[in-house]
Amino acid sequence: MEKVKKGVRLDHISKIYQDPKTGKDFYAVKNTSLTIEPGSFVTLLGPSGCGKTTTLRMIAGFESPDEGEIYLGDEPINELTPNKRDTAMVFQSYALLPHYNVFDNVAYGLKLRKVPKDEIRERVTKILELVELGGMEGRMTNQLSGGQQQRVALARALVIEPSVLLFDEPLSNLDAKLRVTMRTEIRRIQQEVGITAIYVTHDQSEAMALSDQIIIMNKGVVAQMGTPQEIYYHPVDKFVADFIGEANFLRGTMTGSEAGYITLNVEGNPLRVPARDGVEIGKEYTVVLRPEAATLADEGGLPCRVVLSCFMGSYQNYHVMVGDTLVKLEEHNPKNKRIYRVGETCSLVFDPDSVHVL
Amino acid sequence: MARGQGAALDRKKLMADPIMVTTIVVLITFLTLFILYPLAILLVDSFVGDGSFGFSIFKRIFAMPSFTRAITNTLKVGFLVGILSALIGLLFAYVEVYVRLNRFAGGLFKVVSMLPVVSPPFVLSLSMIMLFGKAGLITRFLLGIYDNSVYGFWGIVIVQTLTFFPVCYMMLKGLLKNIDPSLEEAARDMGASRWKVFTSVTLPLMLPGLGNAFLVTFIESIADFANPMIIGGSYDTLATTIYLQITGAYDKAGAAAMAVVLLCITLVMFAVQKYYLEAKTAATLTGKASRARMLIEDRSVKIPLTILCSLGALFVILMYICVPIGACFPTWGYKFFPLTGKWFKQVFVRYHGLKAFKDSFVLSLIASPITALLSMIISYLVVKRKFKAKGFIEAVSMLAMAVPGTVLGVGYIRGFSGGLFHTGVLQGIYGTGLILIIVFVVRSLPTGTRSGISALRQIDKSIEESAYDMGADSLKVFMTVTLPLIKDSFLSGLVTAFVRSITAISAIILLVTPSFLLITVQINEFAEKGAFSLACAFATILIVITYGAVLLMNLFIKHFGTSRSNKED
Repeated sequence: MEKVKKGVRLDHISKIYQDPKTGKDFYAVKNTSLTIEPGSFVTLLGPSGCGKTTTLRMIAGFESPDEGEIYLGDEPINELTPNKRDTAMVFQSYALLPHYNVFDNVAYGLKLRKVPKDEIRERVTKILELVELGGMEGRMTNQLSGGQQQRVALARALVIEPSVLLFDEPLSNLDAKLRVTMRTEIRRIQQEVGITAIYVTHDQSEAMALSDQIIIMNKGVVAQMGTPQEIYYHPVDKFVADFIGEANFLRGTMTGSEAGYITLNVEGNPLRVPARDGVEIGKEYTVVLRPEAATLADEGGLPCRVVLSCFMGSYQNYHVMVGDTLVKLEEHNPKNKRIYRVGETCSLVFDPDSVHVL
Repeated sequence: MARGQGAALDRKKLMADPIMVTTIVVLITFLTLFILYPLAILLVDSFVGDGSFGFSIFKRIFAMPSFTRAITNTLKVGFLVGILSALIGLLFAYVEVYVRLNRFAGGLFKVVSMLPVVSPPFVLSLSMIMLFGKAGLITRFLLGIYDNSVYGFWGIVIVQTLTFFPVCYMMLKGLLKNIDPSLEEAARDMGASRWKVFTSVTLPLMLPGLGNAFLVTFIESIADFANPMIIGGSYDTLATTIYLQITGAYDKAGAAAMAVVLLCITLVMFAVQKYYLEAKTAATLTGKASRARMLIEDRSVKIPLTILCSLGALFVILMYICVPIGACFPTWGYKFFPLTGKWFKQVFVRYHGLKAFKDSFVLSLIASPITALLSMIISYLVVKRKFKAKGFIEAVSMLAMAVPGTVLGVGYIRGFSGGLFHTGVLQGIYGTGLILIIVFVVRSLPTGTRSGISALRQIDKSIEESAYDMGADSLKVFMTVTLPLIKDSFLSGLVTAFVRSITAISAIILLVTPSFLLITVQINEFAEKGAFSLACAFATILIVITYGAVLLMNLFIKHFGTSRSNKED
């Protein structure tokens, strides 16, 4: 597969739909610009209706953008029909051709490209080996399990050696265990082939496990783009923080600053957190605290009261009230630790560097 | 917000696909030329037919007592037939879905649902006359009644009801099966009697569906030509009046105006049925039944209902059987034995039977693949693609469903006998086999399209998208994915089109020229003349052909259909 890798660039893309109930137009995707590097695995992540699938379908050519231009590599592709675009899509419902067997399904794209028969056989066999379906060529697709069908769909997309591979929630029809296996597989194959991949999902753990870059979308606009770590540790706003992982939000007014840290007044208690650019004394800020980053102690942190204490096996789940703010936390490996009971007052302790100020 | 760029891009993408564009253009031309144009010319004719624009022609026809009588006659018949068919259909459907039937009764039900499909729509008139007419087998020979008149209002009502109720029965059966049994069980559990459950749960749920069945039958009855022609006697309906206005009075402008009136009636009915009742039916009865229904075993309910329906079914079957038997009696009404084949022989020796069958057969055979393919293409475009003219294509093919054959026939006469807009262009097709084939296609297109649309709706859109994405163009997608997936629907569309074409009469009878002998027209002619045995002989052979076609299709689907490969897992 000696092909020049291509990236994808969206330049101020918008898509307008009509609400079928009210008849009003609305932006499904609004003024979105993105650059997806060649060879990278990028996930479009967001709640349903955020415009992620619409974006993917515009890249594939099924939908036409109402504003802006899409580039594949350096070539503008707005006017190309899906069959002329160098992209291949893996569908949520697999979309295998039910009247063809595995071999013919995978060979379909190659036959359309008039590849010689011998080469088709060779390439199909090779790609089926890659997705670990060797020897299944003769099976009809309805004789395959969901995971196997998904592999056929992947093989069919890979075999035509597209510049970009598009995934539309491909694992959502599989059971939880298989999902985890398949996502590892997809990542392995993408790395082996070195292809640019754009993956749509609403499952954050899928996005974390697969991606070089995650693009979080909300209401048709990109909320944040970054590596999984950037997005988890440095979310740009409450939506992103809340959407990726669990997040607690502590609000406080800034009272002072010193050497890279600032002090906030949270529910009447001083709290030292890392500073960020442009903060001002007297203004209110929100601190993002991940449940696993905090622990309970008898003293030394924010005073709090336990309202829920629940043993979950690998961790003890606490809900505590800091003043009027509810904070959820997970005390991992709780076996030999002191367990706080509901109604006890204690102290919420965490490393200042493990929180993030919005 | 401007959606201009997206729309422009969609258009450009469509234009990049010449086959698709050509198909759409050809389709639009076909639909415009052979559905819209003939109807438009009727309107033009009826407003300016006598030289000046105005309502003068309408005034003239409404002043004819025969015409106003025909309107009330038609509506009276349609109303009664609609109600009776819906009720009998409901009874049959209820018994089949709710009562445990023995195998004999079950078999009878199946035959009854099948008969109207394979027989020409007017054979029951023949058997009605032969069984209950003046020299009727039952009236005269069994009961000794001499002047029983079957002609007229009741004759039409009975014959049409018997012809159309199986359609209601099939429609309502589907709906009843979709009622969740737990609704009725809940009512039973709360203490309602079976009758109370029926009136308070089942019936209210079925009301829109019943209304739908009623209107569908109403439209069928109004549009029916051959039954009133044969058994109506002096009782004229709109369809027959229009026919006589053309063939008897040579008043083409008047006939055009009458056709416009008939068309308006059916269009209003159709609009109500399509946009109001069908939506309501779908809204009240959506989900699938959650589990199997407890069938009624109670003998006091089961036995009378089974007997009642079985007798009804037997009666209908008897009516149909009467046709081949009638063709075998030496002289109907006087001499019954020994059975003879002389009528069949006469059909072929004296009355050019072979040519009639050849003409009917060949024309239908040419029309059916065209119809089947066209309806699949239309369904594909309507369900799977988006483009501007889609609404037009969908609307016009729907419209064809509401146009009575007689109206279409008059439209073709006015529209093509002098060429397009009386300019002589395309005049060449008038009076040829080509125009008959086109009429066959147009008449069967709506049914085919409807079944194609429902078949295609069940196919996940992404299957075609995936093929498109892999690099296939529209033609490739249609040929390698869509068509194979709806092969069953295509095959049955092929046969339905064939059966509908070979049994069609209403539009054809106005357009056929002496150079073509069509079986249905022959049957009608002999029945008119009172030569019932000959008419029966023609009808029998026709039924054999259509039944053979249906059998052949079932065999075909069994061996080559898609359903088999899907069932293999």
